[in-house]
Amino acid sequence: MAVHTPIYLDNAATTRCDPRVVEAMLPYFSEKFGNAGSRNHRFGWDAEDGIETAREQAARLIGAESKEVIFTSGATESNNLAVKGAAEIYAKAPAGQQGRGHIITCTIEHKAVLDPCKRLQREGFEVTFLDPPSDGVITADMVRAAMRPDTILVSIMWANNEIGTINEVPQIGQLCHEKGVIFHTDGTQWVGKMPTDVERDCIDLLSWSGHKMYGPKGVGALYVRRRKPRVRLEALIDGGGQERGMRSGTQNVTGIVGFGKACELCLAGMEHDRERLLKLRRRLEDGLAGRMEVVQVNGNRDRRVPHISNISFGFVEGESLMMGIKDIACSSGSACTSASLEPSYVLKGLGVGDELAHSSLRLSFSRWTTEEEVDFAIESILKAVEHLRKLSPLYDLYKEGVDLSTIEWQHH
Amino acid sequence: MAYSEKVVDHYQNPRNVGSFGASTEVKTRTDIGVGIVGAPECGDVMQLQLKVTADGVIEDAKFKCFGCGSAIASSSLATEWVKGRTIDQALQIKNSQIVEELALPPVKIHCSVLAEDSIRAAIEDWKKKNGIAVDEASHAH
Ligand SMILES: Cc1ncc(COP(=O)(O)O)c(C=O)c1O
Repeated sequence: MAVHTPIYLDNAATTRCDPRVVEAMLPYFSEKFGNAGSRNHRFGWDAEDGIETAREQAARLIGAESKEVIFTSGATESNNLAVKGAAEIYAKAPAGQQGRGHIITCTIEHKAVLDPCKRLQREGFEVTFLDPPSDGVITADMVRAAMRPDTILVSIMWANNEIGTINEVPQIGQLCHEKGVIFHTDGTQWVGKMPTDVERDCIDLLSWSGHKMYGPKGVGALYVRRRKPRVRLEALIDGGGQERGMRSGTQNVTGIVGFGKACELCLAGMEHDRERLLKLRRRLEDGLAGRMEVVQVNGNRDRRVPHISNISFGFVEGESLMMGIKDIACSSGSACTSASLEPSYVLKGLGVGDELAHSSLRLSFSRWTTEEEVDFAIESILKAVEHLRKLSPLYDLYKEGVDLSTIEWQHH
Repeated sequence: MAYSEKVVDHYQNPRNVGSFGASTEVKTRTDIGVGIVGAPECGDVMQLQLKVTADGVIEDAKFKCFGCGSAIASSSLATEWVKGRTIDQALQIKNSQIVEELALPPVKIHCSVLAEDSIRAAIEDWKKKNGIAVDEASHAH
């Protein structure tokens, strides 16, 4: 099969919307265009039906009841609602005071969890940011060691978006339930790809997003447990009282319908997709590591979601590497590709040496990625790394047997 | 980020890549000035080696660079510009000229600064090896 370029290997950033999802959405733009809040006519009922079907599809994917699913604008909003909304309700002291309670999260969360936690810190809560070990996996023991009598909330992501590592979610959930602490997990990179059961996995609040699982952008969901315990949240957006009052505003009917369809498709194809993704990832990683020296797969090799691979190529810088593989759309942990000029805080958090953090690519696959595309990527990357190592003073030093960490560099 | 044509050209066809010998070897050669600036953890390291005649003319130049495309292009361009110049003329090269020639965007200005620094550092090294006083004002920044 011919390979069409550019090849899209950035599916952890966003996925193509599945054509079956688009098809399900279309009637809701121009035929069933009603406001789900219009209770007195057909148009409103159709819209409401669409939303309630989607709510069931979403609930089924995660083993919840449909009443427990709140639709939002995406995982960023779900995370904000979960973290800030729970902190406000379970606070030990009113706003304006200190000592409002303790929250546990980790340093390699998505910014959509980190920044709300930092805001809460300024608003009288104490937050522990756990540092991950070098394999990137946050364990229940680490959370247990950070627990305090005044801990009110734990927010630990299920799978990391840069390196794909899987944290000990059921165990952390169990621990939280033992201690009577609310447990939120950002499941954006997990849900839809891996089996999820909020009962078995002891989750109180679960965020996920449509556009990471072949659904549309701008729509996501938050699971809010209703029994044992019944979790309450302070709304962030007040108004018409939609979504059980937790998220006011006329619902994004088309988006929600697409989100539901995407959930249904992910559930139906999960085993098949997962096997395929694993095979593709193995092909990529073996193909690169087998033919090049100083290649490092970042994060725990075994505890990873199947669609993400984060690889460092020693002695070459990530942005220049991306320039050499312009037919492949992917991400880099390199400083130069971010606005901040800081290398990836996730890789730094793992203790990956800065120069390896600057040298990393994140390649992520979808249900449409083919072996031919992976092979094409391998060849392009090999060629680019070879070109850049010829230019690299670090590679020369390595070849001469010089330990790079013993050199005094001129920082500027 | 979109790169200028010139950056892409230098990236694809870098000029004067290489060195005049292993790092331990060039250290003792008085006709070679070596400048290494930057640090791996900052994402750029530039190495510039200049072959200088006894009367201070840059006969040849070689570079290696670990860094983004703009860093590679800046150091590649620097080798083209210093060749055939006297060291005093080479010290006149300003990073702003590199920015202009390569149409570097503001976030990439540090790449041109690094290239200017590498020229200064290499010339300083050559001067030291040849017992010539290093002008304080020419110190790398
Ligand atoms: C782990 C994780 N959380 C949250 C988000 C934000 O999701 P959204 O774009 O739906 O707001 C992303 C995606 O960037 C993510 O990967």
